[in-house]
Amino acid sequence: SSLVVVEHKDGQIAPSTLNALSAAAKLGGTVHALVAGSTSDAVADQVAKLAPISKVLVASDAAYDHGVAENNASLIAAAQKAGNYSHIVAAHSAFGKNVLPRAAALLDVAQVSDVTGVESADTFTRPFYAGNAIATVKSNDAVKLLTVRPTAFPPASTQDAAAAKEAAPDAEKTGTTQWIKEEVVKSDRPDLGNARVVVSGGRALKSGDNFKILYNLADKLGGTVGASRAAVDAGYVDNSLQIGQTGKVVAPELYIAVGISGAIQHVAGMKESKVIVAINKDGEAPIFQLADYGLVGDLFKIVPELTEKIKA
Amino acid sequence: MSLRVLVACKRVVDFAVKPRVNATQTAVDTKTVKHSMNPFDEIAVEEAVKLKEAKQAASIVAVSCGPAKCQEVLRTALAMGADSAVHVECEDDGNGLLQPLAVAKLLQKTAEKEKADLIILGKQAIDDDASQTGQMLAGLLKWPQATFASKVEILESGKKVQVTREIDGGMETVSAPLPAVITADLRLNEPRYATLPNIMKAKKKPLSKLTPADLGVDIKPRIETLKVAEPPVRQGGRIVESVDELVTLLKKDGVV
Repeated sequence: SSLVVVEHKDGQIAPSTLNALSAAAKLGGTVHALVAGSTSDAVADQVAKLAPISKVLVASDAAYDHGVAENNASLIAAAQKAGNYSHIVAAHSAFGKNVLPRAAALLDVAQVSDVTGVESADTFTRPFYAGNAIATVKSNDAVKLLTVRPTAFPPASTQDAAAAKEAAPDAEKTGTTQWIKEEVVKSDRPDLGNARVVVSGGRALKSGDNFKILYNLADKLGGTVGASRAAVDAGYVDNSLQIGQTGKVVAPELYIAVGISGAIQHVAGMKESKVIVAINKDGEAPIFQLADYGLVGDLFKIVPELTEKIKA
Repeated sequence: MSLRVLVACKRVVDFAVKPRVNATQTAVDTKTVKHSMNPFDEIAVEEAVKLKEAKQAASIVAVSCGPAKCQEVLRTALAMGADSAVHVECEDDGNGLLQPLAVAKLLQKTAEKEKADLIILGKQAIDDDASQTGQMLAGLLKWPQATFASKVEILESGKKVQVTREIDGGMETVSAPLPAVITADLRLNEPRYATLPNIMKAKKKPLSKLTPADLGVDIKPRIETLKVAEPPVRQGGRIVESVDELVTLLKKDGVV
């Protein structure tokens, strides 16, 4: 049986948890969910309605808020000891990456990160070397801890009957870390990880103001905006928009790379997109080798024209 | 201030090299390609050196686990400003032989030996892309952790550390008492280049060698690599002549 660690914020389940649930469903056996935090009761009611969960463990305590790793990891370890799960699964998000390896160490087991395929209960595929190689790995540990790549699994659907809720076991609250504040980029656009269309800009945009033409195109397409590392480092957009090996991994229906050369590290974050379009003035840019459609020319002319013509 | 900082450095295939899977599909070829210090670890070393320059750290120990050639990355760390280095010699092929849990245990023992107060690691190694070691190390030591750091401040005369972390959708700030483990994100700093005089000086700095047995750590892999394959190749490369043609094709594909 598996335990899925639910990520949530402001009373909402993180979409990536829905993908993690589908990965857990492929492992076989029953699936339980763990919801922790001061709003966990309300979130647990939403979680209980998701397939294939048969039980929701609820830890209602502010000690688990903001995903503080120390308390959350010790709760996961305690839940494992009480429930004797064969697998513990979380999304490979900032939260999952922070918490799960610490829980793995407490349980003295290895973790398989960024799983993109479940071959059997102990064998998984995962990319490494920035996605330039895919490893098939077999975990020999009794308990298998996995963080899964959200874009590699469909979101879980809802189920007819809500799963039962139960209090999670007590865990030692060792956390001495204090959460002080957060600065989250507010946006009405879809979340980068779930957007159907992503329009991404690189250094060639030349300024943060110029990103406006990408937002116009993205809005027209009902999508959102991402960026290359170069654009983030140059301060054009926020870090949280970075797509690539060390940023977000996206796999939208349509990815439009504007003024992005296509470095290995960027490609790692977008090459699973269904259709890739590249707009670049350098016809030799590596991005053209993987783009389904490439347009060589001045992005400041092409992007507004494209926005206009999609409107028509 | 008397903080002792430990920084962990991994030797990896250079970030600019395009990795190739070998013909037998058992591993990524690492034998004949250029290696260097994992870019995130350079950022970790730089941060430690900055803390020392700001007189917030007293000394810096760089540690690397792996084959003999790891001493090259340790010399780089020493040239950047680390005071001493520890090489834990063990086999690593860059294909999952030496795994994060084992490294975390080796670092735990080394940190205890060196009486470290603060440990800085990179947020992930660009070969295995695991992003686990720092978190596991913090768990083993039962220390607080601040991962994916983009800003680090030592407060209260070295009793506390305040860290800004990169999270999904933005940033958050946390503080934790020392000792603590921090993992560095890209935006933490711009690592310096080692200058020639510093490279020469680094050759005289102390570098000690240990083995997993010395530290009493079992490094046997828990995860077996069954196969390593090339990712599917995309059939890209079609250049279109106009925006009109592009819009037509995207409509035909049903994506706009």
